[in-house]
Amino acid sequence: MSFDSVLSWWEGHEGLLQLLLEALGETVAMVFASGFIGFAIGIPVGIVLHLSKKNGLLEHHFLNKILGMVVNIGRSIPFIILLVAIIPFTRFIVGTTIGTAAAIVPLTIGAIPFIARLVEGALLEVPSGLVEAAQAMGAKPAQIITKVLLPEALPGIINAVTITLVTLVGYSAMAGTVGGGGLGDVGIRYGYQRFDATVMMITVVILVFIVQLIQSMGDHFVKYVDHR
Amino acid sequence: MIQIKKVNKVFYQAGRAIHALSDINLSIEQGSIFGVIGSSGAGKSTLIRCVNLLERPSSGSIIIDGVDLTKLSTQELTLTRRKIGMIFQHFNLLSSRTVFDNVALPLELAAVSKDKIKEKVNSLLELVGLTDKSDTYPANLSGGQKQRVAIARALASDPVVLLCDEATSSLDPATTQSILELLRKINSELNLTILLITHEMAVVKGICAQVAIIGDGKMVEKGPVGDIFAHPKTELARQFIRSTLDLTIPADYRARLLPTRVEKSFPLVRLEFTGASVDTPVISQLARQFDIDISIISSNMDYVGGVKFGLMLAEFFGTEDAALKAVAFLKEHNVEVEVLGYVI
Repeated sequence: MSFDSVLSWWEGHEGLLQLLLEALGETVAMVFASGFIGFAIGIPVGIVLHLSKKNGLLEHHFLNKILGMVVNIGRSIPFIILLVAIIPFTRFIVGTTIGTAAAIVPLTIGAIPFIARLVEGALLEVPSGLVEAAQAMGAKPAQIITKVLLPEALPGIINAVTITLVTLVGYSAMAGTVGGGGLGDVGIRYGYQRFDATVMMITVVILVFIVQLIQSMGDHFVKYVDHR
Repeated sequence: MIQIKKVNKVFYQAGRAIHALSDINLSIEQGSIFGVIGSSGAGKSTLIRCVNLLERPSSGSIIIDGVDLTKLSTQELTLTRRKIGMIFQHFNLLSSRTVFDNVALPLELAAVSKDKIKEKVNSLLELVGLTDKSDTYPANLSGGQKQRVAIARALASDPVVLLCDEATSSLDPATTQSILELLRKINSELNLTILLITHEMAVVKGICAQVAIIGDGKMVEKGPVGDIFAHPKTELARQFIRSTLDLTIPADYRARLLPTRVEKSFPLVRLEFTGASVDTPVISQLARQFDIDISIISSNMDYVGGVKFGLMLAEFFGTEDAALKAVAFLKEHNVEVEVLGYVI
């Protein structure tokens, strides 16, 4: 496909630009809104998972077991099933089951356990000696969390944020199933169902670009905060 | 003053009880440097961790300045720990904080004002000689510098006690000496009680006034450093001291070693000098009196607390009769002699 043919194709599909921009906006809205809410809930859940572990700072066997089980269940439900399974809950929260806002609910629910496990893993990377040193210098549990665990795990947590956002870009493509819109939805409807390979290609390229951008920004932040 | 009274620690592993510490009693004077030495797995790490209750003793009490730590509530313990500094083998500095912020951490925990923190941290960095590294991250420091930061951090809350958990074990000998020098300095300047555990004899010898030897979770012996090394009373203490001094027979000598004396072979002997040995120049006396030439192969002699002690591996060149007499002479002078064999 030469440059000229791309140009002429483009002239025949002027409405498409508008469509793609809208879809891009929807994807960004879905990814970042669900990501933001997901972190707000998932990070504390991850912290609790870590602290309540055996030999953890605030060991609590029962809480750890229950929370771990809930997280595992959340992690094991395929997203496409979660999307339709929680429709009543989505309606309860946003009042509708279609549209971008409705897609944010299952995306968030899907992201929380994912983030929780990643954050738990990041906290696990903090050497236990640091917590011990803090205890030895008379730090209270809350101080250990805010002054030792979280700052030391920050590179890992930022990494978790990056991985989650990238995963959410992928999940958001499925949100078309509930009329959530977004680039994935455009790709399926125009590209796959109408056999328009060019549209499919364009959406894929944009998605690749978004993922690259998120990843390199994440890497940059990690590099900035990581002094290990 | 630290008092460790009847401390026991039992770990349960797969349903089996492991006695990490059995009935440990220790009393450490304010302002003294006390060393606990033992081989790995002896329980010395558990012991020091029991002092600030990082490890809670199964029974017994830890009394620091009259307060029994085992009887304190969690909050009281947290506050009391601020008066007990601790440094570790692996430094345990926060990688996310600069040198300044690491030293400032204990002060932040105690909600000290920013101005006071700045003043205190700067004076501590001066004490440990790291003023120019204030804004450096720990990853860019050498091991010795990291331990200096850790010492400054441990001193930030003006502790009365400093616990050193194998603090020099991952440092090279020269750096070890400089850290010990620093510990000695803060001990005398701040009248700080230092309890250190180590497996290195050089550390105990270099800095401690008193030492306790611990083996298999039991206190084997304790007393002034010179006394312990010179007059070990128990077999365990003796074994331990010997293991720190141990001389092995070089491989080529071992290959030429015969169990009995034959023509043109000479005895290879191991001499062990202890505090009981008569303090005379026995080696040169031997040579003169019995007409034997002595070739020292290797030796590990030391002088601590007014006594010489150590091991020596030597060959006695001379007649069989002279060698026997020389051995008898050494035994008379309380030097322990063992004929390891005869070298061709």
